[in-house]
Formats: sequence, C-alpha cells, structure tokens
Amino acid sequence: MEFSQLRSQFPALTQSLGDYPLVYLDTAATSQKPQGVIDAMSRYYQADNANVHRAAHQLSARATSQYEAVRDKVKAFINADRREEIIFTHGTTEGINLVALGLASQLKAGDLILLDSAAHHANIVPWQMLAKQTGAEIVPIPLTDEARLDQDAYRQLLARKPSVVALCHVSNVLGTVNPVKEMIAQAKAVGALTLIDGAQAIAHLEVDMQALDCDFYLFSGHKMYGPTGIGILYGRYEALDKLDPLLTGGEMIKQVSFEGTTFNILPNRLEAGTPPIAEVIGLGAAIDFIQSLPREAVRAHEQALLKRLQAKLKQLGGISLYGAHDDNVGAVAFNLSGEHHQDVGILLDQQGIAVRCGHHCAMPLMQTLGLAGCCRASLGVYSTDEDIDRFIQALKSVKELLL
Amino acid sequence: MNDNKLSPSTEAFTGLTLDPQEILPSFTQAANWQERYRALMLLGKRLPPLAEALRQESAQVRGCESNAWLYHREIDGRHYYLADSDARIVKGLIALLLTAVQGQDKKTIAALDLHEYFDRLGLSGQLSPSRTNGVLALAEAIKAAAVESSKR
Repeated sequence: MEFSQLRSQFPALTQSLGDYPLVYLDTAATSQKPQGVIDAMSRYYQADNANVHRAAHQLSARATSQYEAVRDKVKAFINADRREEIIFTHGTTEGINLVALGLASQLKAGDLILLDSAAHHANIVPWQMLAKQTGAEIVPIPLTDEARLDQDAYRQLLARKPSVVALCHVSNVLGTVNPVKEMIAQAKAVGALTLIDGAQAIAHLEVDMQALDCDFYLFSGHKMYGPTGIGILYGRYEALDKLDPLLTGGEMIKQVSFEGTTFNILPNRLEAGTPPIAEVIGLGAAIDFIQSLPREAVRAHEQALLKRLQAKLKQLGGISLYGAHDDNVGAVAFNLSGEHHQDVGILLDQQGIAVRCGHHCAMPLMQTLGLAGCCRASLGVYSTDEDIDRFIQALKSVKELLL
Repeated sequence: MNDNKLSPSTEAFTGLTLDPQEILPSFTQAANWQERYRALMLLGKRLPPLAEALRQESAQVRGCESNAWLYHREIDGRHYYLADSDARIVKGLIALLLTAVQGQDKKTIAALDLHEYFDRLGLSGQLSPSRTNGVLALAEAIKAAAVESSKR
C-alpha cells in the first residue's frame, strides 16, 4: 500500500500557506476529509435532500434509507450487537452529556464515579453536573510517573464499589492508550457502569464492542475523516434503554397529549429533533474510506510515523516530551524547554505547520504534569515522513529564533 | 480598572516610552518573518516585567492562552499603560499595541484602526478573533480603559 498516494484524496492538504506547504499535524483536533466524504454529502444535498422518517414521498424514502443504512454500517464497524445500540449524536461531548445526565435517576448521594485523570473536559464536566444533581462523589484515578493510569490505585478504588467508571481509550493530549479491556472487565466485576471516550481511538485502533464489553462507547465523525456535527453513542441495549432522554421532542416521541407523553423506542428515543442527515451520510462515507484501507498496514504506517516523530524530537534536543511511549497512538505532546508553548505555536504557524498549543481541554492533566500547557503534534493516515521532517526543520528554526 | 487594588507607580507608567518612529521601521522593513518576529521579541523586552504582586487576577486579560496583565492610568488627559505576558511573542505584540497608544489622548486611541496597524506591520492575522494569542482581547481592553476612564 502506497500511503503517499492517499494524500491526493484529501484536497485541503495540497495547499500552501505563504511560502510554505501546509504541514497538517492537528488531526487529533479534527482530521482532514477525503473527497469521497465531501462528494457523498454534496450528492445528498444535490439529489436526495429530504427529512428522514416522516414524509411519504420518494425523496424522503431515499434519504431515510441512506441515513438508516449508516446505522447498520456503524454497527458492523464497531461490531455492536444490535442496530438500536447505535445513537446518532452531534459529537462525543454531546454523547457523554446524554449518558451522564441520563443516569440522574439511577444514581444517589454518596455513589462513586471514577474518572480518568488525563480525561478531556468533556469526560469530566458532565459527571460533575451529574454529581451536583445527585450528590454522587467523583474520584479521579491517579496517574503514574509515566503518565499512565495507576492500575494499583484503580484496583483499590474499585474496592469502594463505584457506580460508574468513565475512561478515555486514548488520551487526547499524550496519545497514551489505556488498557480499557482489562479495566472494563474489572469495573464490571464490581457492578460499575463503564463509559469509554473513544474520540482519539476510532481512527487509529480497531474498536470492537464485543471484545471491549463496555456499557457506553463514544466517538466523533470529524476525527475519523468524516464531517463535524455527527458523533456516535454506542450503548449496550439494556444500559441505553434505561437512560432518561436529554432532549425531547420530534422523532423521540410516540404519543403526545396534554395529559402526558410516551417516548418512542430505541434508537429514536434518544434522537430528538431533525438529525444531521448529510453528516450521517458523510460519516458512512468516512467508514467506507477507512474500510477501503488495509487495517494492519495502516496501523504499521501510523506507528512508524509516530516513532519517527518521537525519535526526531528527542534528537533535536532541548525538547521535553510527555508520556511518550512506544505503544502510544496518534499524538506527541512536547514543549521547547524554557519557552512558552504559545510562542512555539505562533512561530511554527509562520512556517505552515499546523499543531495545537494550549491546555487541550485537559486542565487537570496539565496540573498533574505541572504545565501551563504544551504543544501537540498529531497524525493521520495521510501523514508522511516528509511532514515530520518539515516539522522538525521548522522547530529547529523556532529554536534558533528563540535563543 | 484596578480600583482599590495594587497598582504600579505613576513614574512606572510615565517611564515607559515607546517611539513609533523608532520602533515601526524594523517591522515595515523586515525582509522576512524571522526578522519580524525577532524584532517583536526585542520590542517585548522593553516592557519592564511586572512584579509578582502585580501579576494579580484583577489585572488579567481574558481570552489569552498565555497569561497577560494590563494596567492603565490617565494622567492629565493622557493614557498610559503597563503590561506583561509570560509568552515572549505575545509580549512583543502587546508592546506593539502600546506603541500605538502610550501617552495618547482618548480621542486618538478611540479612533485607532488596530487591524490596519497590524496589517501594515506585516502581522495581519495576529489580531484575529480566531486566534488564541489574546491580542484582540488586549486591544479591546486597551481601548476600553481609555474610553471608560474618561467617563468617570
């Protein structure tokens, strides 16, 4: 498989910024989109645009069948048991809010919620809202000195019989991979509900609901070469069916009168309002794109790139890397020693390098690492050795300039 | 702003002078981005660092990824500023803002087109609402300080 040819499918990657070709190393924020995704959405608007499920006309029937076909495609993609377990959301953040707030009637004061210390704010703040509402207690699972979740501490916390364990599959800042399969099994053994934020995993790792056996798994379309505005909440049917809906109205209703309302069955019960139809169709095309690539070769390619990135950063000198392990996925977090991450970001941008600099919506992790922030370079399937070499060259210029 | 809070001395405010005629040519005549950003960092060094006690929350300007603090004082109808940031390029960008306003009257400051100013210096884009450098928030705070102070 020739990965350099893949690049031609991504129109946004061919541009230059001033005198410099774009080097896009911000895929963890959002991936670029292949032509197939752009075309699928544009084709839908040009030929089939109609609201789904409702009207008794041919356009709506076409839109509905395309839309519902993506639900089956997602089910197969993540090896879910039933199509009703796939809920279309607007993104991972909405999905976690839907689960956390939907559990309000199942939790009570004093119940324990275990969270990932390296989590994105989207997997912290909804739980804080739930805790405030129910009186439940939040305890973060601490990190080891290697910036991995401390498994001994985790086992000790599990002895307190938590009601919920919410983890990220891959850290959005560091790229570290949590041993989620083992952690889910341990949590289930003490009767906890498990939720995995898979936003940073879905484009890079094989994600199999039967193998993971979690209660909830979430991801976003736009980080897997699909459009923004669409995400997936997978829920084990029984767990999903018990959630109170976050939003009401529209398709989620079975019967409404002023005396009372009954809700529809899954999946519609959790999908209020007109869904992002074009985005669902775009997500379907993104899954087609991922499945058109040989999975093993993609994994090897991305790991080789990450290894090169980590090694070249180390060689450059004067660079601090955070939690940079061999088995990480997709991202490297770093600082230029003694320099502010924002200065580094501004100067890289002058050279056409797109990286993210800041707290990465993971302030508790920054506090643990003792950092105001850091820079993150992240990779996609379209990234190349040349991208990495250009980035390292640019960082060398930044170093010279800041000295 | 900063009423009843710790504030730099009057001498500190009037002691900061930034002469546009001396400063701006290193930007308008820069041959490339490296020269321009080197000039920015040099300029930033002309802002005296604020003492730790003055790096207080009440003086912090929101909207910056880096920390930035801004003080303002009006003396005889002229507006003086002191500012600091923990990021060097951001500090240089702040110094450029102050070059345009230091010691000016309210009318002049209110009439400034800072977008045009940055464009002219080859730094277009740095004063953009989509940036996290906070320079736009600082520019707004600088203008607001002059306008609001004279109302009192």
